[in-house]
Amino acid sequence: MQGKKEAKVKVQNLTKKFGDLLVLDDLNFEVQDGEFLCIVGPTGCGKTTFLNTLTKLYVPTAGEILVNGIPVDPKKQNISYIFQEYSAYPWLTIKENVKWGLKIKKVPEKEAEESAAEMLDIVGLTKFADYYPSQISVSMLQRVVIARAFATKPELLLMDEPYGQLDIDLRFRLEDELLKLWERTKTTVLFITHNIEEAVYLGQNIMVLTNKPTSIKTVIQNPLPLPRDVMAQDFVELREHVTELIKWW
Amino acid sequence: MKTKKKFNKYMLISVISIAVGIFVWWLLTAGLGLVKSNILPSPDTIVHTFIKKLYDPNPEGGTLFVHLLASLQVALSGYGLGIVLGIPLGIIMAWYPRIEMTVRPVFDLVRTVPGVAWIPVMVSLAGIGLLSKALVIFISAMVATVINSYSGIKQTKEVHLWVGQTFGASNWELLTQIAIPSALPMIMTGCKIALGQAWTTLVAAELLASTKGIGYMIQQARGIFRLDIVIVGMIVIGLTGAALTGLITLIEKAVLKGGKY
Repeated sequence: MQGKKEAKVKVQNLTKKFGDLLVLDDLNFEVQDGEFLCIVGPTGCGKTTFLNTLTKLYVPTAGEILVNGIPVDPKKQNISYIFQEYSAYPWLTIKENVKWGLKIKKVPEKEAEESAAEMLDIVGLTKFADYYPSQISVSMLQRVVIARAFATKPELLLMDEPYGQLDIDLRFRLEDELLKLWERTKTTVLFITHNIEEAVYLGQNIMVLTNKPTSIKTVIQNPLPLPRDVMAQDFVELREHVTELIKWW
Repeated sequence: MKTKKKFNKYMLISVISIAVGIFVWWLLTAGLGLVKSNILPSPDTIVHTFIKKLYDPNPEGGTLFVHLLASLQVALSGYGLGIVLGIPLGIIMAWYPRIEMTVRPVFDLVRTVPGVAWIPVMVSLAGIGLLSKALVIFISAMVATVINSYSGIKQTKEVHLWVGQTFGASNWELLTQIAIPSALPMIMTGCKIALGQAWTTLVAAELLASTKGIGYMIQQARGIFRLDIVIVGMIVIGLTGAALTGLITLIEKAVLKGGKY
């Protein structure tokens, strides 16, 4: 891909066991700077374990994860993680939620205020800045979380089925929003989903995982230009191809 | 607008139910004379006694105001100390496993003992002044706040902590900026429960060991068959308890800006 350039994320021999249960089996891969990588796999194949190990929420049993050439550490590297569950803080206003990561990273108040205002504008929540999460809808909540994740201008953004619980219409809208943000910020994205259509719609590359114990089956390049049309012939063909890979064994 | 209307409607129902209650009471006593006044005094006697007790220290030696002040002093000092120590204790017990292992066994023994059972011990330790009663109330208030702040912290959503961790928050930041704010509703509930406990324990303590206070007034009046004073005391206890609970509810609303979660 980008030849001699150092990979953004480098995973070497990553293995995770819970007791005797082997969940991640010797994973090796690289992610380039600015890449949008979708990770798909059968349900229960350990996708979440994979991301959680990647961010040190879980301690890997063996192997190494390097971000910019140094072992991953959320205190040193600028990482954002968007979880499957709704994770906006109910005790903070929408704006305070968006500013939260900036506060932890000790960004000066004025700068944080500006970044938060900008993000709120992008996700269309400026009018709701002083509302509390209990006062807004579920789709807005997920946009709050996305704004919070992008506000810190992360070098690595991890997303674990962020739209899994939303209806299809809303999902398309938020996916487009995400692509716009990605093109704008050039951040590296690892996006986990069980929805193959979503993976083909978003990803530059699609990593297919096997059943437990999880290993990498293959990584497919997605040649389709943005924005993609889910009804187009080449889109459907690629989607079918990925589907075959998942259920093939 | 709609909720306000609803609120007024409920207020009206409450007022009517209280009025009906008092009317039935009056009917049974003064109205039809079914119950003798030395068994249950009529509502107008109570009102009369209440007004009289505002300025008359007889027969037990203190005006209503003096008794109420004494009771509040004991209750609030014990309660204040209880929540000031209980909330942090519950929080650190829930957050730091080592502290939990150290404190938990002692706490589990103490929590099951009702506050009233401490009265004899405290009286022999500290006499029948303010200190012994405040200590009894302190224990009951502290137990309630420890339990609630402990469970509040323990119920912090894992995903909320994960968000903090992936942003690189320190353990202290995770505690102060995620766990504690997310436990606040339960902590506030703990303060309310503790207040109820403090107030009931207080009256029990004053019945047993005291020289003034509402509980003492009731106890003395009972001895000379002045049931009207007893009932005045009960009403004052009820009203004061309700007023204090209302005060905490106001504080709760101010603290929990994001609503209940």
